[in-house]
Amino acid sequence: MSESTFGSYGGQYVPEALMPALEELEDAYERYVLENEDGFVDEFRERMRDFGGRPTPLQRADRLSERYDSEIYLKREDLVHGGAHKLNNALGQVLLAKYMGKERIIAETGAGQHGTATAMAAAHLDMPCEIYMGRTDVNRQRPNVYRMRMNGAEVNPVEAGRGTLKEAINETMRDWATTVETTHYVIGSVVGPHPFPTMVRDFQSVIGEEAREQIRGQAGRLPDSVVACAGGGSNTMGAFHAFVDDEDVSLYAVEAGGSSLEIDEREGVAPNSATLSTGTDGVLHGAMTKLLQSGDGQIVESHSVSAGLDYAGVGPELSHLVETGRVTPVNVDDEAALNAFHRLSRLEGIIPALESAHALGHVEEAHEDLGDLVVVNVSGRGDKDLETVLEETEKRDLGAAPDVEVFDS
Amino acid sequence: MNTDSEIERAIRENHPALITYLTAGDPSLEETKAYVEALDRGGADLIELGLPFSEPIAEGPTIQAAINRALEAGTTPERFFELVDDLEVEAPLLVMTYYNMILQYGSGAEPRSAERDATEPQNGPDPEPFVERAAETGLAGIIVPDLPAEEAAPLRAACDERGLDLVFIVAPTTNGERLDRIMSQASGFAYVQARLGTTGARADVSSATHDSLARLEEYDVPKAVGFGVSEGEHAREIVEAGADGVIVGSALIDIVAESETPVADLEAKACELKGGAERGANAPEPEQP
Repeated sequence: MSESTFGSYGGQYVPEALMPALEELEDAYERYVLENEDGFVDEFRERMRDFGGRPTPLQRADRLSERYDSEIYLKREDLVHGGAHKLNNALGQVLLAKYMGKERIIAETGAGQHGTATAMAAAHLDMPCEIYMGRTDVNRQRPNVYRMRMNGAEVNPVEAGRGTLKEAINETMRDWATTVETTHYVIGSVVGPHPFPTMVRDFQSVIGEEAREQIRGQAGRLPDSVVACAGGGSNTMGAFHAFVDDEDVSLYAVEAGGSSLEIDEREGVAPNSATLSTGTDGVLHGAMTKLLQSGDGQIVESHSVSAGLDYAGVGPELSHLVETGRVTPVNVDDEAALNAFHRLSRLEGIIPALESAHALGHVEEAHEDLGDLVVVNVSGRGDKDLETVLEETEKRDLGAAPDVEVFDS
Repeated sequence: MNTDSEIERAIRENHPALITYLTAGDPSLEETKAYVEALDRGGADLIELGLPFSEPIAEGPTIQAAINRALEAGTTPERFFELVDDLEVEAPLLVMTYYNMILQYGSGAEPRSAERDATEPQNGPDPEPFVERAAETGLAGIIVPDLPAEEAAPLRAACDERGLDLVFIVAPTTNGERLDRIMSQASGFAYVQARLGTTGARADVSSATHDSLARLEEYDVPKAVGFGVSEGEHAREIVEAGADGVIVGSALIDIVAESETPVADLEAKACELKGGAERGANAPEPEQP
């Protein structure tokens, strides 16, 4: 049996009705993913190549390297089919569900990136698919809702609470508790009960495995630092996993600092998603991990300008790696992330996801501490964020923003 | 394990038992007090009180809404315990809540600000202070819908220390090996989940109920069936199928949310359910499913 915890984090805190499904999933994960039974891993790699576009390049960022007087390399997960690393996990899990003989796929989504990746994977593998998405997110991410519908997925708006990712996960778990015998829940990050955090990490770890080989080929050595943004933490663990045993490589998990790091306990709101930096230990969505919560144990609403980082929990393995000191949690606020978004667009011709812009924002703020050779994971592309960026840029006086006076006002 | 269980005794002595659930603080703690006393008068033999948690993943829409009302009314663990302390009822009381609420109580964990040193020591999450306070207020047991047997050892130990029962849920998907693992830790009664899914009133009794009760027959602990029970007729069928008790929640919360005379209606509903259960126990021949 695989370990269900990472130090004191992880575990399986779910209703009894789901436990047999987790046992079944753990068994399937061990047989197909770890032991390549029936050639699962070969088929997964082949599909990630032909359908997903892997491997992705590791690109030297010439102008950023000049700006920071060091070697900056970008791992281009924005070039994966769908525009983000999310497909690595979604395709892996939908394929696994198929090997397990499941008939139906369900998934939660926040901003819609995991939902669209799951819908694409389900269409590709011809599986019926339903996505749960908070009402607020449905309304503010209309293009992603259309994309999911176009790929044939049902989209179920969740009216509860503030109508974001946390509520979508709750509702997907409720569906799963009802339909568990025929349905697989494709969780979107390295969160949830065992074996999800381990399994999702394994599907995502191709990011770091490729980057590690590529940097050795292109720069002749391992990097001094790897920098990745962290919400739930799937691109983070994906980028870090291959480097965890390389003790000389520093690992930085960049969280959303939002507008402030303080929690408003009375309102139950944290204007940030800096769980690793400011959270306390507790149980949410099936795992013991670091959480944004009140002293009584109520989960608070998180916030970030980047919807993909907007979550009050974080993967248990990241909590453990932070606790042991292997991963350093840092955070970048909304404004610095927006500036980094504009900067990469202009200097390198790459429009990054707002999530990834947090990682780039940290390089801007702390490049002197990162060493001479740095790998930054560009977890996704930013086309999806243009509306938000336009709106948020207008509210601020951002140094790196372009002049858009070309429009009639 | 709790060998002198107040809960087990209450079920056996009042067989077939009526177990009722309400969310504490819905719509206020004062009203909850009046409602619980009404259920007690109406014939409830055990009363579960929900301590609201912001992420109730096992609940259907009815109890989710009740939990939201309770949280909006400012229900905190401390006020919850004060209510329990205050209640004057014959039926033993259980608390039903999610594991994070139990872990955080008295942990001294506060949200850290960036200025505070992240390595600053604080008490880790620990179920002990919650159980200690629960015992102090006279609660007889605990039910935690997101705590499977695999993760229950710390809470089980704390409950044993204080003489509280820890009630486990048995699901329709629970197979033989898991059943043994659960029943080796369970005390008070076995909470038989009548169907897959979340809590909520339904119009019929599922066949899964009969299967679950049959699988539990060999275990010497009272069996009570919940999830979807809303009428006296359901109670009759369930008891006839071999249950020692029925558990009703969402149907009572509908009364709390909609009735203009909730106290009288809750008492009447408890009476109806208890009557149904008793008819089931007096049925001459057990009906085949």
